[in-house]
Order: sequence, then C-alpha cells, then structure tokens
Amino acid sequence: MAANARQALMDPLFNNNPIALQVLGICSALAVTTQMDTAFVMSIAVISVTALSSLFVSMLRNQIPTNIRIIVQLTIIASLVIVTDQILKAYVFEISKQLTVFVGLIITNCIIMGRAEAYAMQNPPALSLIDGIGNGLGYGLILMVTAFVRELLGFGSLFNKQVLPLAVEGGWYTPNGLMVLSPSAFFIIGGLIWALRAWKPEQNEAE
Amino acid sequence: MLETYLNLVVKAIFVENMALAFFLGMCSFIAVSRKVDTAIGLGAAVIFVLSVTVPMNNLIYRYLLSDGALAWITPAFGDYDLSFLGFLTYIGTIAAMVQIVEMTLDRFMPQLHAALGVFLPLIAVNCAILGASLFMVERNYGLAESAVYGFGSGVGWALAIVALAGIRERLRYSNVPAGLRGLGITFILTGLMAIGFMAFGGVQL
Repeated sequence: MAANARQALMDPLFNNNPIALQVLGICSALAVTTQMDTAFVMSIAVISVTALSSLFVSMLRNQIPTNIRIIVQLTIIASLVIVTDQILKAYVFEISKQLTVFVGLIITNCIIMGRAEAYAMQNPPALSLIDGIGNGLGYGLILMVTAFVRELLGFGSLFNKQVLPLAVEGGWYTPNGLMVLSPSAFFIIGGLIWALRAWKPEQNEAE
Repeated sequence: MLETYLNLVVKAIFVENMALAFFLGMCSFIAVSRKVDTAIGLGAAVIFVLSVTVPMNNLIYRYLLSDGALAWITPAFGDYDLSFLGFLTYIGTIAAMVQIVEMTLDRFMPQLHAALGVFLPLIAVNCAILGASLFMVERNYGLAESAVYGFGSGVGWALAIVALAGIRERLRYSNVPAGLRGLGITFILTGLMAIGFMAFGGVQL
C-alpha cells in the first residue's frame, strides 16, 4: 500500500509526466506562463481540482453507469472548477483577472478527464486522491519551470521582484521580447522534453 | 455592418488563431496531426460544432444566466444573477450538441460519421470549443457576432491543424535527434508556426 502510494505520487513527476509524456493538459498550460505568480496560482488550482475530482469520481465509481460516465465526470469537474473560480475571485482578484478564461478551461484540461477515466474509475479513493495530487504536481512542475525561464528572460524578474537590473533603468540586462510572446512557451517545453528524454532515454519515441 | 463581421472573421482565423495564439485545443492538435486526412476530418467537425455551440451558448447566457436576464419570465426574477453557473451550463450544452451531431450524422451521413470515428465524441473535451464560448461571454458579443466568431475560430483551428499535419508528414524524411522525436519536435514546430502567424497581427479590413 505504501509503495503503491509513493509510486502514484512520484511517477507523474518525471517517469510519466502528464505534459511531457502523456500529452495531456497542454491546452491551458502555456498561456499562463509569462509570469510566475499566475503560473503558481494556476498550478495550485489544477492540483486541487485534479485531486478532488479523482477522489469523488473514485468514490462514485461503482454507482456511475458506464455509458453516461463522461457527462457525470464532466459535471463533477465543472462543479469543482466553479468553486475554484469563486475562491480565486474572492481572494486573489487581480490574478484571477489575468487568468481570464483559463480558469474555466480547467474543465476541459485533459489531465483531469484523463486521470478520472484511466485511474480513478478502477482504483480506491485514497490512491486516486494521491494519483490526482501527483499528476497535478507533474503539471505544476512543467508550468513553474517554463514560467521561471520566461519571466526571468522576458522581464528580468521573478514573482514580480526585479532580479536582473534592466538596461532602461540603468542596469545591464536587456529583456528578450520573444520570451513574453506565445511561441517561446513551445520552444521551452520542447527543450524540456528533450532534456527529460536525454536523462531517461526509455521515453524516446520510435518514429 | 458587413465590414464588422468580415473583420471579425479575419481576426478569429488569423490574428487570434485559437491554436497558435491562445494554445486552445492543444491536446488533440498535437495528438491527431500525424496525417492530413484525419486532420481535415477533425477540423471539419470542429468548425461545425463551434458554429453551432457558440451562438447557442450566447442565447443561454443572454436569456438565462446573465445578471437580471430572467426578468423576461416575471419581473420578480429580475435580481437573479446566475452567471456563476456558466461553466456547468456551457459544457453541458457542448456535450449535448456533440451527442446530437453524432446521432444525426450516424443516421443521415454514415460515411462522414465513419470517417470522423472516435474524434467526434472527443470534441466535447476540446478546449477550443469551451474557450470560444468563454471568450464570447467575456467580450459580450451579440447573437450574429457570436455565430460569425464561432465559425471563424473553427476555420482558424482547422487551418492550423491541417498545416501542422502537412509539415509532420514531410518531417518523416528528416533525421531528428532521438530525444526530440515525436512530441518534442512537434512543440518546436508549433512554436515556429505561431511566429509565422504573428505576422498577421494588426491586420484589419
């Protein structure tokens, strides 16, 4: 049991990362990574929704009829996202304004549906909760690394604190405008996947 | 009047391309772009579903959910604001529409239905569909505008996935480093395409 739980929690971080290997949940991941604080809030939101939806789907797994399971899962996920959205609006209003529609898009984040369908429908609640947290963490990890590179090189700051003094303010660093724009996110994630697969060659795809 | 709509279509297809500017619908964008044929099928299905669901959700938002929208039933309902139920309602509409489209195609156009296969039900969880509805609410489009916007963003998404599939078919003849094969190179390709599409920025009719 303990070994199973550790595996469910740690595997999605490097060995079976939802973004880098399972190709899930890329949709909302990239647009929120220009700055670290939005990426952080987004990761927390996704981790809690994945964990709770896996828990609830797993608790109901013996009651859900198979032919309408998708709509049942969507209802559970959508309700959790509504709660998350309301909490974000109440406590971190500025950041929730910056995230715009991407909080709502957590509903169609394939990680959550994917884990509910592939794991929570077959496994007991406690393990599913841990699996949900693990996959959320794997997603958050990629998000935070991408946001770190983009904010550091694009604005010279981390979590809105100036780290590299900008040339326009008398320092030495000239920000790289490409990092603020959307294509850079693709290059960084492509590079991350390359680095991960250089470290763990068994993830290479034969094509 | 016509110019506004034309402008909206051009903006939705090129400038604010769903896939390349907002990263929406990325999961199927990357998973289903191995072959041009399947990419065209999925693109057509997305165009159709988007052109139907966005105006549908627009009606639901304006007559049922937005602040004070229920006043048309009796004035006593005038102070209800149900907009927090938005996510649940939109995803319900989308799932139901996809189901109806699937059944209609199965009954009247079985060939097209067989060609689309498993992609049709998967559209329900395509972020581009829900994303278009959420953008429509956020930008406060009217009914005609939202129909035009839904159609345009569908065309933009289809264009992007067909182009990517074309590039990936050619890519089979090139020697990609082992670690980048498959997913990695696709990300970098998409990034380069996104830079290409940025050239459309600021285009107006």
